[in-house]
Amino acid sequence: MTNLGVQLPGLTLKNPIMPASGCFGFGREFSEFYNLRKLGAVIMKAATGSARFGNPTPRVAETAAGMLNAIGLQNPGVEKIIAHEVPNLATYNIPIIANVAGSTLEEYVNVAEAFNQTDAVHALELNISCPNVKEGGIQFGTNPGMAATVTEEVKKVSNLPVYVKLSPNVSDIVSMAKAVEQAGADGLSMINTLTGMQIDLSSKRPLLANKTGGLSGQAIKPIAIRMIYEVKQHVSIPIIGMGGIANAQDVLEFLLAGASAVAIGTANFQNPFVCSEIIDALPAVLKEYGFASAEAAIGKGHVEE
Amino acid sequence: MKKRLTMVVRSVEKIALDTVEMVLENAYIAGNAKPGQFLHLQVEGHTLRRPISIADVDQEKELVVILFKRIGTGTKQLAAYRPGMTIDAIGPNGNGFPYMETMKTALLIGGGIGIPPLYNLGKELMERGIHVKAVLGFQTKAHVFYEEKFAALGETWIVTNDGSYGHKGFVTNVLDQTGQFDNYFSCGPMPMLQAVTEELRNKQGYISLEERMGCGIGACFACVIPANEEPGYKKICQDGPVFAADEVIL
Repeated sequence: MTNLGVQLPGLTLKNPIMPASGCFGFGREFSEFYNLRKLGAVIMKAATGSARFGNPTPRVAETAAGMLNAIGLQNPGVEKIIAHEVPNLATYNIPIIANVAGSTLEEYVNVAEAFNQTDAVHALELNISCPNVKEGGIQFGTNPGMAATVTEEVKKVSNLPVYVKLSPNVSDIVSMAKAVEQAGADGLSMINTLTGMQIDLSSKRPLLANKTGGLSGQAIKPIAIRMIYEVKQHVSIPIIGMGGIANAQDVLEFLLAGASAVAIGTANFQNPFVCSEIIDALPAVLKEYGFASAEAAIGKGHVEE
Repeated sequence: MKKRLTMVVRSVEKIALDTVEMVLENAYIAGNAKPGQFLHLQVEGHTLRRPISIADVDQEKELVVILFKRIGTGTKQLAAYRPGMTIDAIGPNGNGFPYMETMKTALLIGGGIGIPPLYNLGKELMERGIHVKAVLGFQTKAHVFYEEKFAALGETWIVTNDGSYGHKGFVTNVLDQTGQFDNYFSCGPMPMLQAVTEELRNKQGYISLEERMGCGIGACFACVIPANEEPGYKKICQDGPVFAADEVIL
């Protein structure tokens, strides 16, 4: 039997597969297709201090091997998520990671504090990389000093491990990773979407109402692999890898690059069973490439120099 | 309950300008789909599924009919599918049209590729002894489809924007000719729905909306529409695509 279990700060995962934030809601819709108990963990849709409606529609556009989205962090607010969504997810008995977003430093801290007061949440994913909101989000994610500050402040109010979700929309991903590691991050989560745009030929205007959106899907996988590989060489905290994963082979590639676990995003839209199917397929893929366990593959893509 | 299924293409036919009718075989969808529900179809090689409403079902033969317009790369590729090929589908999705069995007369108001789900509804209403009337709007004569099928359900008015066939103008131009009805059911482009709901603001009506979708099952929040009641929005794929006319803000 291939052991799929992996250990990360605050998270004991029976397998390294979890749905990515924003692509799985709070699990309810996908639980109609399969039992979420099977997942390694779940990352909830982003929470902000109060309810957000998000951006005007259209909010999504298909691209070659991917898609653009500009949802704009629509969510019912942290209190309602804690009251209605966390208890429902908790029934599946899997680690719950809460994605924490905000427009101001204070909002990040307040949302983190609220989750910290619940027993059912196991870790925080600090969303400093959403490209689709006008304020906050990516400003914190593109400036190492601001990223370090928000990480430090959230760490002060949280006993839960904090995974900082990095944006690929930066010229030096390693300096971002180092900054949040020094600020006390327990782990990294990478990568968020890349900012993009599509112009509709018939209207001659940007297709998305927000004009720009975040590119996700298979198109961004090589970028994610490269960034994880580079960051892995410079930090010692674990990485949850994501960006275009569609099958178990992709998962192994992320483990080799240095991820300790992975999140599946856009692929859930095409195939609602994708996380479940990847969990089933992973043991054979690990075995095919000579690994007795998922942990054995982590970081093995790095050439010894 | 919606499921992920394999549907077999039985026929593909161009029935009007850029408009394709596809017949798919699947016992579960044919046996469970309600008028107004849609299929979320995986077109080979595309990241996002295509939401396409169900135009007709034949439970006995286990057939489902969809109509779509060849607009983008996905629908063009779908139109090139040949009989015998299979399509990965999630469905039946969404809520479908609600109606009271006691309703006597229904007015169907459709525009372009919004017309197909109204045909499935009209057929069911007629089978239940409810009187059906229809106003169908198209861009030009070349775009007209299903005229005879609707005429078999009840009195039908055809409108073309350029006047090349039937009445000239918009569906709202002939609403005053349709006489009495209890409820209306409408599907079509947003400007048409805005005009129809405004014109018929004193009538109880139901509208079916379309929007670019992500997951199609309610998880991603791509296809939301502002709504009057808390929490201030509805998800078109999950809460809709059919809404009471006064439920959402167009």
